[in-house]
Amino acid sequence: MGLQLENLDKLVGREIYLKDIRLDLASGSRHVILGRTLAGKTTLLRILAGLDKPTHGRILVDGRDLTGVSVRKRSVAMVYQQFINYPSLTVFDNIASPLKLAGISKQEIDARVRRTAAMLHIDNLLDRMPAELSGGQQQRTAIARALVKETQLLLLDEPLVNLDYKLREELRVELQQIFKQRDAIVVYTTTEPAEALMLGGNIVVMDEGRILQAGPTAQVYRHPSNARVAEIFSDPPINFVHGHVRDRQAWFGRGISLPLTGQLAGLAEGEYTFGVRCNHLFLKASSPEDIEIRASVELSEINGSETFIHVSYDDQKLVVQDDGIHQLKLGREIPVYVNPCHFFVFDEQGRLAAAPDQACHSNL
Amino acid sequence: MEKWENNRAWFLVLPVFVVVAFSAIIPLMTVVNYSIQDIFGPGNAVFVGTEWFEEMLTDSRLHDALGRQFIFSGLVLLIEIPLGILIALAMPKKGWGVSASLITLAIPLLIPWNVIGTIWIIFTRPDIGLFGVGINSLNLLDVPFDHTARPSFAWITLMAMEVWHWTPLVALLCYAGLRAIPEAYYQAAKIDGASAWSVFRYIQLPKMRGVLTIAVLLRWMDSFLIYAEPFALTGGGPGNSTTFLSIYLVKLATGQFDLGPAAAFSLIYFLIVLLFSFIFYQALLNVGKGEKIA
Repeated sequence: MGLQLENLDKLVGREIYLKDIRLDLASGSRHVILGRTLAGKTTLLRILAGLDKPTHGRILVDGRDLTGVSVRKRSVAMVYQQFINYPSLTVFDNIASPLKLAGISKQEIDARVRRTAAMLHIDNLLDRMPAELSGGQQQRTAIARALVKETQLLLLDEPLVNLDYKLREELRVELQQIFKQRDAIVVYTTTEPAEALMLGGNIVVMDEGRILQAGPTAQVYRHPSNARVAEIFSDPPINFVHGHVRDRQAWFGRGISLPLTGQLAGLAEGEYTFGVRCNHLFLKASSPEDIEIRASVELSEINGSETFIHVSYDDQKLVVQDDGIHQLKLGREIPVYVNPCHFFVFDEQGRLAAAPDQACHSNL
Repeated sequence: MEKWENNRAWFLVLPVFVVVAFSAIIPLMTVVNYSIQDIFGPGNAVFVGTEWFEEMLTDSRLHDALGRQFIFSGLVLLIEIPLGILIALAMPKKGWGVSASLITLAIPLLIPWNVIGTIWIIFTRPDIGLFGVGINSLNLLDVPFDHTARPSFAWITLMAMEVWHWTPLVALLCYAGLRAIPEAYYQAAKIDGASAWSVFRYIQLPKMRGVLTIAVLLRWMDSFLIYAEPFALTGGGPGNSTTFLSIYLVKLATGQFDLGPAAAFSLIYFLIVLLFSFIFYQALLNVGKGEKIA
C-alpha cells in the first residue's frame, strides 16, 4: 500500500493546524515525524488515521481517494501517548479486542494474541487487568493491541514519552526490531532528535503546521535545509553564532577569523549564521585546526553522564556538551574549542549554505 | 509501662476530642442510655435491659416500615442510577450547552427539602396543580388524582419528587466521571471499530465506577433516611402507606414519647444503614476487580 498526502490543509476556526502537507509514504516504509509540541504532529496522525478530515487536500491510497472514508473502513492502528487499554478487560481480551470485532475465529485469535504478546514480552501477564500492570507493561499491551491487527498503517503518537528513561530505551530498541519485520507503513511521532536517529528510516521535520524537510533520517541530520530544521533536529539545540564572510575570511564575534577552507570554500561575501552542534564543542583542543573561543561559564547542567555547559561569548550563548560530570564555577572564563569543519552555514534567509562534509564526520 | 515524655501533646488532641464528643459520642451514648431504660419522666427511669430491643425487633409496624423503606430505596436506586447515567451521556460536551445544562441540573439540589414537599403538593393538587389538573382532565383514572387519595398515588408522587430532586446529583457525578476520560480512549475505540454500546460497556462504565460507587452510597443512605419529603407531602399517609422508618421513629419518639423504644429503634436503624452501606461499598469495590477507583 502506498499512501500519498496531497496539499493537505487543516484549519480549526481561523487557526492553521496544518498547511500544505505533501507526503509520499511507500509501502513498508518507516517515518518519524519530528517536531516540537504544537508542530501539528498529532493532527497529521489523526488525519492519517481517518479520525479527522482535512480542510483541503486529499489522501490517496494506491491512487484511490480515501479522504472522506470513515476510520472503521480503513486498515489502521494507533498507539497513544497515554496508555489506552479497556480498563475492565484482561490483557488477553484487550489485545484480542480488535480481532473479535473483525469477526476472526477463536483459535486464530488465541494464536495471534499469544504470538503478539510474546513479541512484546507480556505473554506471562495475559490474565492481568490493566490497572495491575506497570506503565511500561500497560503501553506494551496497547502496542500489542495495535500490532495484532496487522494493519497496513501503524501510527504511534509519542508512545514512549510517558515512560521512564530505562523503559523507554528498552522499548525503543524492541520497537525498531518489530517495525523492521512488518510491511506496514509505520508513522511515529516524537519530539526527541535522539529517538528519531535511533529509529532511522525516513524523517519528516515539522514546525508550526508545515513540513520543513522530509527525507532519509541520516541525510536530513547532516544536511538540514534551513536553520530551523537544524534547531529542531539537535538536542540541546544547535549553537548559532552570527558572522560574515569578507576578503576570503569568515569573521565572527570579537575578531575571530577563519580562512575559507573545506565546506566553507564556496561561500560568497555577506552575512551568515554559523551553526555547530553542542557535541562538537570541546573544552580541550583535539586537532590543530581547532579554533579557540574564550567564553564565560553561565551554568553547568548535569544530564546523566554528560554535562551541558552554558557559556556566553560576545553576547552570544553557546552550549558545550562534555562527557563526564564536571562542576564549573560560574563566571569563570574557559577556552572552548571547535573544529571549523563541523560548521553548518546558513544564509540571511536561514537556508543552508554549507554543511560539514563526510571527511569531517569520519575524523571525529 | 513507659512514661510519656511530653504530656503536653495531649492538649493538641483535646479540641478535636471535645468536638467529636459533643457532636457524636455524647448524643450516641445518650441514645444507648435511653434504650435500656423505661423513662416515665425527668429523673424517673427504670432499667429494663434489652426489653425495648426485643419489643422493637418483634414490632410488626416496624417490620412494615422497614419493608416499605427497602422497596422505596431499591426503587430509588433502580430509577435514579440508570437515569442519571443516561442524562450524563446525553449532556453536551462543549459550548454554552454545558453551563446551561449544569445550572438546570443544579436547581433541584439547591431547593430546601421541605420547600420541595410544598412545591409538589401544589403541583399535584387536583384543583390548581399543573400535574393534578392535567392528569385529571385526561379522565384515565377511576378516582381523580390526589396524592392523598390512594397509597399508589402517594407513592407515585413521592417517587416522582425523589427522582426529580436527586437524579441531578447522580447525573452530575457521572458527568464528572465521563469528562475525566481522555479523548484518546474514544479514538482508540473508533479505530478498533467498537460500537457505541461497547464504548459504553468497556470504557465509559468502568471509568465511571468510582463516581458511581459514591452515587450509589449517597443515594442509598439518603433515601433510607428520608423524612422531610413524605412528612411534608402526606405525613406518612394515606393510612401508613408512606410511613418510612424515620417517620415511624418520630411518631414513636415525639408523638407517643416512647423514648426507650425509640432509642432502641434508632440504634437498630443506624446499624442497618451502616451494614448496607458497607455491603454496597464492598460489592462495588469488587466489581471488575483490579481496577483503580478514579
